[in-house]
Amino acid sequence: MIGISLLTVFLAAILTHNIALTYLLGMCPFVSLSRSLRTASGMGFAVIFVITLTALINWPIYHLILVPTGTEIIYYIVFIIVIAATVQLVEMLMERFFPALQAAFGIFLPLITVNCTVLAVSLFMVIRSYSYATTVVFAVGSAVGWTLAIVVVAAINEKLKLVGDIPKGMRGPGIIMTIAGILALSFVGFSGMVNVQ
Amino acid sequence: MKGQSLKTFVNGIWRDHPIFSMILGICSALAVSNKVENAIAMGAGVTFVLLATGLLISLLRKLIPSRVRMITYMVVIATFVIIVDRVLKAAVPDISRALGPYVGLIITNCIIMGRAEAFYVQNRLGQSLIDAFSNGLSYTYTLVIVAVVRELLGFGTILNFRVMPQGFTNWVVMAMAPGAFFVLAVFIWISRSIAGMEE
Repeated sequence: MIGISLLTVFLAAILTHNIALTYLLGMCPFVSLSRSLRTASGMGFAVIFVITLTALINWPIYHLILVPTGTEIIYYIVFIIVIAATVQLVEMLMERFFPALQAAFGIFLPLITVNCTVLAVSLFMVIRSYSYATTVVFAVGSAVGWTLAIVVVAAINEKLKLVGDIPKGMRGPGIIMTIAGILALSFVGFSGMVNVQ
Repeated sequence: MKGQSLKTFVNGIWRDHPIFSMILGICSALAVSNKVENAIAMGAGVTFVLLATGLLISLLRKLIPSRVRMITYMVVIATFVIIVDRVLKAAVPDISRALGPYVGLIITNCIIMGRAEAFYVQNRLGQSLIDAFSNGLSYTYTLVIVAVVRELLGFGTILNFRVMPQGFTNWVVMAMAPGAFFVLAVFIWISRSIAGMEE
């Protein structure tokens, strides 16, 4: 039973309830970075890493510290500090121990603090009262789903540049949003495949 | 002095429009613009947080060490967002439920971080408040415009009053995510064309 429901949460987070295309989260980096496939995938992997890590840290903090002491009201502040601190720490550790990795996606790390998907995953975990295992699966699934969406949009956008002739005002953000809209429309086709809340 | 205030205001409301020109704060602009009432509540919330953050950051700008300024902004913003969340829960519980996690996500709305970093930390109180107000205003009117289109086509209503004739078939897609992308894309297209802006 538990195995099936974890798989369901995972699939739902990637396909039917994709965090970018259904919940419309993480749109600022989505629009600005999906101009080339390389930056899109670099950001994607950094996001997967940070989301999983912060969800792993935020769950125990919320359930073991904030709830017992009755201070759930300040959880926004706690979560955002944890996220900012984690990003900073990861950046420093990477610089020291994995310079190659740092060169590959180091520039994306500071941007992640204001990527709303990271905070959103932690908020969803509280609102839906997920268990620890479900939270981990949900975090990985959401991050993979976000990466999938941004990579697909970036790839389409790159091909579109070869065809050219987009109206002036539509170039850049306008066309990316239209592509994302069509992609979201196709993801609606997945709905009903798995159902979760 | 007066001229500069006017310039700050006009920049916020049109030339440096946070949404169509800078592409900031898109997440919530897309996600909560399915109904006009949600758009107004969200716009009011963001405007309040902008004003309060502008007030505090520009007063404290000489005291904040630049190394930790990001995290300072975060804490200040998060504090005011908690206030907004509580007020919405108490005053309009239905809308608060509809907005769900998006109220908390005002914290990561890049308009506020962006303005704090680009403007409040360098400018005096008066200018910062004008800037905050005009940015909040343009965010709100954009959300309302998008929401009017989406609610009219998606539900056939505006502010829950029936506008479309009885035989009108709701465009369900407008109430869902794809509709948000399309309407905002068209909005950006139109306003960028008027502003004569290129990529």
